[in-house]
Amino acid sequence: MKIELAQVSRWYGNVVAVNDVTMTIGPGVTGLLGPNGAGKSTLLHMMAGFLAPSNGTVTLDGTRVWKNHQVYRHIGLVPEREGVYGFLTGWQFVLSAARLHGLPDPVEAARKALATVEMEEPKDRRVETYSKGMRQRVKVAAALVHDPPVLLLDEPFNGMDPRQRLQLMDLIRTMGAAGKTILFSSHILEEVERVAQHIEVLVAGRHAASGDFREIRRLMTDRPHLFRIRSSDDRRLAAALMLDDSAGGVSLGPDGLEVRAVEFRGFARLLPRVARTEGIRLHEVSPADEDLESVFSYLINRSS
Amino acid sequence: MNTVVAGITYRALLGRRRIVLLLLLPMALLGLALLLRLLGSDDQRSTMLLMQNFAIGTMLPLLGLIAGTGVIAPEIDDGTIIHLMSKPISRPVIAQTKFLVAASLLALFAAVPTYVAAWLLVGNEDAIAPGFAVGALVAGFAYAAVFLLLGVVTRHAVTIGVVYALVWEGLVGGFVPGARKFSVQQWAQSIADQISTSPFLKADVTLGFAVPALVIVTVVAVLWAGQRLRVLSLTGDE
Repeated sequence: MKIELAQVSRWYGNVVAVNDVTMTIGPGVTGLLGPNGAGKSTLLHMMAGFLAPSNGTVTLDGTRVWKNHQVYRHIGLVPEREGVYGFLTGWQFVLSAARLHGLPDPVEAARKALATVEMEEPKDRRVETYSKGMRQRVKVAAALVHDPPVLLLDEPFNGMDPRQRLQLMDLIRTMGAAGKTILFSSHILEEVERVAQHIEVLVAGRHAASGDFREIRRLMTDRPHLFRIRSSDDRRLAAALMLDDSAGGVSLGPDGLEVRAVEFRGFARLLPRVARTEGIRLHEVSPADEDLESVFSYLINRSS
Repeated sequence: MNTVVAGITYRALLGRRRIVLLLLLPMALLGLALLLRLLGSDDQRSTMLLMQNFAIGTMLPLLGLIAGTGVIAPEIDDGTIIHLMSKPISRPVIAQTKFLVAASLLALFAAVPTYVAAWLLVGNEDAIAPGFAVGALVAGFAYAAVFLLLGVVTRHAVTIGVVYALVWEGLVGGFVPGARKFSVQQWAQSIADQISTSPFLKADVTLGFAVPALVIVTVVAVLWAGQRLRVLSLTGDE
């Protein structure tokens, strides 16, 4: 099944949370990547029918999602907020989901869903006694109980320990390979890269980039990089670096050099070569803007 | 009506501390009735005062508030309502089910204690006990519906509900005669008056107004709550 967003915007008063986003989410695993506050949750809530777009349309295989409770036959939703009744046991919670879906054999469906997320053992404990990761898995089980062709997960790996994280990643990959349409949001590139074949990047409410993880990786590495370098002779190194095209600019400060590399790979080869021929010892080479925020801000400047 | 929604709602309301709130007021009513009886004031006039001022005037709107908002407002607040709303069940059915749960709780925790309290004082004399019990039952439905709607429409349902119950029903209804016509409590008394033959009970609002008013308020509030639930927006923490 396909989720289509056509020129979707959402604003709250004067604040624009999602700005003119058009995208199609097809079968396989799609990662919705963006920094916190980029509008990922808002976008996901509109796809799940819990928020009306201020403008544009969200459709699932051509039928409108907003004010249409029939879409939940096809959608499984794992919300970020703890949408779990603490007074129910894990088993009761998942069973209630199966019964709310009106499944012919709710007991068997609930059993299967809990087995899928490896939650059979603690299933008779109240949800309020669960760890964050266990709650997350019970939510996934409830979302999977009717075997939906579409699965939406809002920051599903938050609060999970590494083992649980790997297990859920495996599960998502398997379901994606089986042809389900899966979308999950995350603000961690590595997480998205490991699971998603396709990545949509959202920055400040805008659709900043789209492609498979190689493309996104390339976009992120091929941008100008900023390096901080300390060496035995900063001034001579600066002069030598500026002779090459891959160094876009050099500034000399009391703490060393700041070099703007126009082309990442070229500069990576250039620096050690220059240092050796000039006989300069490198004390420190560190990326000055490797954090995700600067990557995102580069992407958003590029797209506007 | 959806039994799974009803089951979860009952557990949410009765399983937690809220049940203490639901029990407190009826216990107070029964305690007062016993006290009056022990003091020898078990006459029709005191019964009427207890019924009008406490059972219908205080206990019923407060229980209506606790049950009516309690069936839905906490779930909207903490986001657990998403579990019900992300299922192929129409939102009006969810609202109707929540209403039925609140209404049944009011029957149990308001109408039944009202009957027992009046019966403790005057038995079935002049049908006072059944009169106020039926009045409390029907008015309880109206309160359940109104406060359910309030719980869906605003996050400040309890505050607004308390202000409504105290200011409108208590003060304005008491001092402005015209406003009494639009008071759920007065409608409850009209019904009690109709059933009871006691000379001490004289309702201000005619039955011909009270009954349609109760029906309309209840039905409109439940339907409206269903429509509001259809367009309820849930957002993340962003």
